Amino acid sequence: MTDLETFRSETRSWLEANCPAEMREPVRDEEDVYWGGRNATFKNDAQKAWFEACLEKGYTVPAWPKAYGGAGLEPAEAKVLREEMGRINARPPLSSFGIWMLGPALLKFGTEEQKKHFLGQIARGEIRWCQGYSEPGSGSDLVSLQTFGEDKGDHWVVNGQKVWTSYADQCDWIFCLVRTDKEDKYRGITFMLFDMESEGASTKPIKLISGNSPFCETFFDDVKVPKSYGEGIPAYVGEINRGWDVAKYLLGHEREMISGAGGGDRTSAIGAAMKRHAAKTGDEIDPVLRAELAMFDVDALAYGAMGEKFLDEIKVGKAHPAQPNMMKYAGTELNKRRHELMMTAGGSRSLEWESEETDGGKPSRNWLRTKANSIEGGTSEIMLNVISKRILELPGS
Amino acid sequence: MPLYHDEDQAMLADTATSFMADEGNIAKQLRHWRDRDCPDGFGHALWKQMAEMGFTGMLVDEDDGGLGMGHVEAGIVLEQIGRNLTPSPFLTSSVLAATALKHGSAEMKGRYLPGLIEGESVFAVAIDETAKHRPGRITTRAEKSGNGFKLNGAKTFVIQGASADMLVVAARTSGGDEDNDGVTLFAVPKDASGISQDPVRLVDSSVASHIKFDGVELDGDAVIGEVDAGRDILNSMLTAGRVGAAAEGIGVASGAMDMTIDYLKQRKQFGTLIGEFQALQHRASHLYSEVEIARAAVIKAQQLLDAGAESAELMSSVAKAKVAKSAGLAVKEGVQMHGGIGMTDEYDIGLYMKRDRALQEFLGDAYFHANRVAEMSGY
Repeated sequence: MTDLETFRSETRSWLEANCPAEMREPVRDEEDVYWGGRNATFKNDAQKAWFEACLEKGYTVPAWPKAYGGAGLEPAEAKVLREEMGRINARPPLSSFGIWMLGPALLKFGTEEQKKHFLGQIARGEIRWCQGYSEPGSGSDLVSLQTFGEDKGDHWVVNGQKVWTSYADQCDWIFCLVRTDKEDKYRGITFMLFDMESEGASTKPIKLISGNSPFCETFFDDVKVPKSYGEGIPAYVGEINRGWDVAKYLLGHEREMISGAGGGDRTSAIGAAMKRHAAKTGDEIDPVLRAELAMFDVDALAYGAMGEKFLDEIKVGKAHPAQPNMMKYAGTELNKRRHELMMTAGGSRSLEWESEETDGGKPSRNWLRTKANSIEGGTSEIMLNVISKRILELPGS
Repeated sequence: MPLYHDEDQAMLADTATSFMADEGNIAKQLRHWRDRDCPDGFGHALWKQMAEMGFTGMLVDEDDGGLGMGHVEAGIVLEQIGRNLTPSPFLTSSVLAATALKHGSAEMKGRYLPGLIEGESVFAVAIDETAKHRPGRITTRAEKSGNGFKLNGAKTFVIQGASADMLVVAARTSGGDEDNDGVTLFAVPKDASGISQDPVRLVDSSVASHIKFDGVELDGDAVIGEVDAGRDILNSMLTAGRVGAAAEGIGVASGAMDMTIDYLKQRKQFGTLIGEFQALQHRASHLYSEVEIARAAVIKAQQLLDAGAESAELMSSVAKAKVAKSAGLAVKEGVQMHGGIGMTDEYDIGLYMKRDRALQEFLGDAYFHANRVAEMSGY
């Protein structure tokens, strides 16, 4: 057996022994996701056991170096672990913006002490992070952001407002874009890290068309942010006034994540499932709808191949640096289409907003939620602008 | 296997790219033969050159004198054929017929393969009987007659049929028109008596025949594989041909797209380059995204086919359908964005639109393959 085959068989037995049956069920609601943080509670013993088993093994962040709480897996090994977890539908043991967003930024731009301090906390699920990017006046034009940190020597005093801050009301710390130089648009932003319990920081949930409130408005009213949290641990990532570089890097990362390039629900075909579902309810799929489902499945399966190709190319540096924008554009548009078709195939049952049969209106709420896919993390229109400029190199601003 | 070309494949791509651009370009081949009303629609000299490059026998096993390469490699050549709109027998001879001949007897291989590898012979495939691709139904019949067979029926859309030295014909030797069993493939020499060809020029300047078989007498050794067991061979030909056509389609799509993007960077109206207009930028970027995704589906299908994976069938239809959609978009946007000159014969963009139309139809269009995806997925 090759090393990788050995790793696969070991992983398979480890998962068999350590992943409880309840953790192999699809995620149904927010409580099924373990986000960690100061106020975290486990939904049940299985969730706790699964998290702790992964923590011990470094599998909350398998590809991070061991020194920062990961398992230090090679990319090929991490792929095997993902595949094996996918095979048994294992839930992620820990979900967090710390893992998805801040972690990659720190790994690339952080100091050694910063990595040890913050990455360890993230890997152990001790601190739950939120992302302070968009502002009421700065959506697609993010770089025009106005939240201002006034330099007071050893600290800043931050004033301003963020919006679309995911789960800000449940988070412990924020990574936040703050203007520190009003004269320079691009080189006047600092990527700050601070505690949401600081005096003057407050949040207000935003109710969405889906009826849910995953996002908040976040207010900073004279929030005092120290410039350092100890020897070698600055309160910002990268350099002061150069936070836009970090933000741009992270946006690329976020687009990749939202694009569903790693596979999963967003890239699977749906026609067969729609037919099975219709058979259960005594419905029939209209021939014209069947044709649309078939055309969708062609696009979805082709996009699945694209996701695979994209990840393969990223690993060896073959992908165009702006390619995540294309993946994000195509992936989110596809996902919106998927949910339109699922609503149609489900008929009047899909309209139910609170019924037990629909698990509290899952079809319609999920359908509405997908409409944000092509807005958050850069709208489809912005993605198309970026493709035009950076990949096709079309003229103009 | 990662979904990109390995080192050898990347080298082959470089070679194929420069060879087809130098020797197979539109002025030298497509326009040249079209404007001379050439009855073949392609140049035999180029076919010989392709043989010298080692292209013609790529898919032929090494034991049979070929290079024993796979569909990723054949696809590399096909993409450049597509990009240059190069008329050639490659897809029908070196992919479809070569796939059929893998199942032929040693004697049959000895009769046909050297000519293919040398670029001396051209083969055609006679599968379709109606204007829409429907290989499930085969009514052309071959009845036992002495030690051989007597072939009766009609085929259509036989690309380069009149130029071919040999036709691979799918015929029924038993059972009903739509039965899976009872199909036999024959290697029919061009001069067999009772064949009448009606070659017609198509929109893309290629030439295809309507062929009638009227009591064509065939020896028993014209059978490819086993009598009544030709369906599997036919299916493997179709899968190889569809993946090949998809690869050529990607070449057509990216050729048309690149030409259009270049034009957006040159053409000025209202005192500014039209590529500065967001209305066009967004459409161009959407097109780029669709072509990239189609390209991924094609290489995935090629790799699955080379690995002998069961899912190659499904992915071949995904690739053919996705390429049809994105190449269709590329040529339509291409002509529209070129404006008036896009409608002129002098500019090449219209040639891409014509080739795409013919290629879409070959071995099943997007609707045929989307339907097949649905059927294979169980709905």
